[in-house]
Amino acid sequence: MSTFSLDEDQRQIQESMRRFAADKMRPIARDCEEKAAIPDEFLTDSWALGIAPNMIPEQFGGYASAHSVLNNAIMAEELAYGDLALAAAVMAPYLFVLPILEMGSEAQKEKYLPTFCGDTYTAGSLAVMEHAVGFDVNNIKTTAKKKGKSYIINGGKCLVPLANKAPYFIVAATTAVGGGAAAIEAFIVNKSAKGVTIGEKEKQMGLNALDTFSVDFKDCEVAGENRLAGLDYNRLIACSRIALASSAVGVAAAARDYCINYAKERVTFGQPIATRQTIAFMLADMAIEIDGARLLNWKAAWTADQGDNPLRLGYLAKVYAAEQSFKAADYGISILGGHGLIREHPVEMWFRNARAFAMLEGLIMA
Amino acid sequence: MISFETPEMVDQVRNMLHGMVNNIVRPIARYYDDHEHERAKELDAFAPIMQAGMGGGGRKGAKKEKKEIKATDDRIGANAISVAGAEEMAWGDVGLMLAMPGGGLGNAAVDAVATDEQYERFGKKYCAMAITEPGCGSDASAVTATAVLDGDEYIINGEKIFVTDGERCEAVVVWATLDKSKGRAAIKSFVVEKGTPGFRVEKLEHKCGIRASDTATLVFEDCRIPKTNILGDPEIRPEGGFKGVMATFDATRPLVAAMALGCAQAAFDFTKETLAKEGIIPRYDRGTLELTAVERDLLWMEAQLEVIRLMVIRAGWMADNGRPNNLEASMVKAKAGKYGNLIVQKCVEILGPIGYSREYLLEKWMRDNKVNDIYEGTQQIQMIVVARRILDYGRDMLS
Repeated sequence: MSTFSLDEDQRQIQESMRRFAADKMRPIARDCEEKAAIPDEFLTDSWALGIAPNMIPEQFGGYASAHSVLNNAIMAEELAYGDLALAAAVMAPYLFVLPILEMGSEAQKEKYLPTFCGDTYTAGSLAVMEHAVGFDVNNIKTTAKKKGKSYIINGGKCLVPLANKAPYFIVAATTAVGGGAAAIEAFIVNKSAKGVTIGEKEKQMGLNALDTFSVDFKDCEVAGENRLAGLDYNRLIACSRIALASSAVGVAAAARDYCINYAKERVTFGQPIATRQTIAFMLADMAIEIDGARLLNWKAAWTADQGDNPLRLGYLAKVYAAEQSFKAADYGISILGGHGLIREHPVEMWFRNARAFAMLEGLIMA
Repeated sequence: MISFETPEMVDQVRNMLHGMVNNIVRPIARYYDDHEHERAKELDAFAPIMQAGMGGGGRKGAKKEKKEIKATDDRIGANAISVAGAEEMAWGDVGLMLAMPGGGLGNAAVDAVATDEQYERFGKKYCAMAITEPGCGSDASAVTATAVLDGDEYIINGEKIFVTDGERCEAVVVWATLDKSKGRAAIKSFVVEKGTPGFRVEKLEHKCGIRASDTATLVFEDCRIPKTNILGDPEIRPEGGFKGVMATFDATRPLVAAMALGCAQAAFDFTKETLAKEGIIPRYDRGTLELTAVERDLLWMEAQLEVIRLMVIRAGWMADNGRPNNLEASMVKAKAGKYGNLIVQKCVEILGPIGYSREYLLEKWMRDNKVNDIYEGTQQIQMIVVARRILDYGRDMLS
């Protein structure tokens, strides 16, 4: 039966994340962006939300009953509503936790999951993207060659969040270049392994507060037991796309709400600009599309939770949400006029951040 | 709990109607497009089956039950079925769907506000809806048709245009004012039965699309109807008399959105099938540089159709579960009206000469779908409703 109301768990997730976004993210978001850094204190605060133990089952130190892509989509939207860069940092550990949880062996779960159930923020990361024109997630160039019981990884990754803090990350590599998704494997790699080089912090148009890095692999040997044996690459990417789409909806909703308030206060020719159809219709358009993007993404997330293949819906949801998010931020600047470009207002930051969704893969997982 | 599982009942209605329109409606669609104003008699046998399939008429889940509903979550009501049914019917043919005897827009108003006594008299009749006049359309509050009480009768005077089913209906719900000086609160709706002296069909329009459906001009000259034919509250109440007549739109806008969706889905299905024969099949697992322009178009359309369908289902779900859906009804009407048209137009563009040829129905669907962005409140009217809602503005602040 189709229903559209949040259940009690989902409402609680939404409320607690919304409060955290308002109290802990918004007040520092601009400062973090300017300083291009996130204070450790913030990460500690975010850990107190208990997201990790909520995902990890009891036997591995958490208290989760089941992992829900949909519940996490609701979480990601609210966090991104606060600030995208901070949200990505809050969710970075799950780039590592979730693939192991869903696709790791029992030994891998036992080894890695309990480390995320402690009291202090523990970073983790996922290296998917590569520095290539029109990067194609199914046609990656980083290779994994079998050598005895090990694999030798060669290649370069970019946009690896918190690679400086994460002791381990998961790396996607292909066993046959051009072999598509079927040839792709994922490996748990220790950051300090021989052949791994973490580059300088990357400089992007947006997301400045978030530490992202290029990571190079030169004849990096990874033990066979570190391969994610149960990898379903399409599902992994689809779930990441759902989290990205949620975040895109969050950023768009932030722009919508900011602009509604602004347009009601800003007076021209004796009337608030919201009373003009030109402005009012832009706001209505933003509201309609954000609503639509959210529904489509919820359906994708729900499909993933049913155990069905979310490849198609996850793709559509992410492309749709990315476009609408950027449009909302773009409209946002237009509605604020010149003020939209001034860094006293957050809209220009959302405009830069929202542009990322069209090209991002794998940066966020929830 | 959020869920996207289609209820079995809805699935059954969809499957049944889909098969029926494919076998009965599609084959005659071109003929009645070419023969405007000719009545599609093939529909006479089909209409009762269709109405039974869609829940046996609109009263089910309407007025009486509504009062008991307290914002539930999981009620599958008349709206869930009717939006799904409307989509499938429009997938078959929008024009013939509108020409289906017994399912006029006026019935939505009767279902929503008629008393039991009135429902007894009009519930089974084929009712059209007459709002628009030569001098007003979207601004429904500007109606000039008048209703004057004279003893036990109202005397109706005025002219109505663009009345869907105006010729073939058995009765028409007419919007008229009791007192022009009292503004929108004085606007009421009245049921006028065919054959009432002083009521005549003046002419039939020649249209761009939905040609199978009759669109009439109606004239009322000292047309006397029983006093008991007024729908809703007969008193003029300045604090909200207009809201009663406007409330019908919350139920009908999702339906029209579903029709725009059905028509667009038809165009998309035809386009996808035609392209597949040429070996063009959209892929969901390719990088942006590898996708062709036509694949990107198909994927764009597919996402739009998914979004519209979810918004339609949600608006219906809200109505069934006692949740006010004024905002969501206008949201989806705006979205489906605009993008339903863009999708069909894009399909015509993609298929080139096949899209333009009258050998196929695609060009017809492009003409047919246009009206779905106009009647039941134009695109722009929906945007006003949405904007007022999100801004918490009244008419005084935004019009």
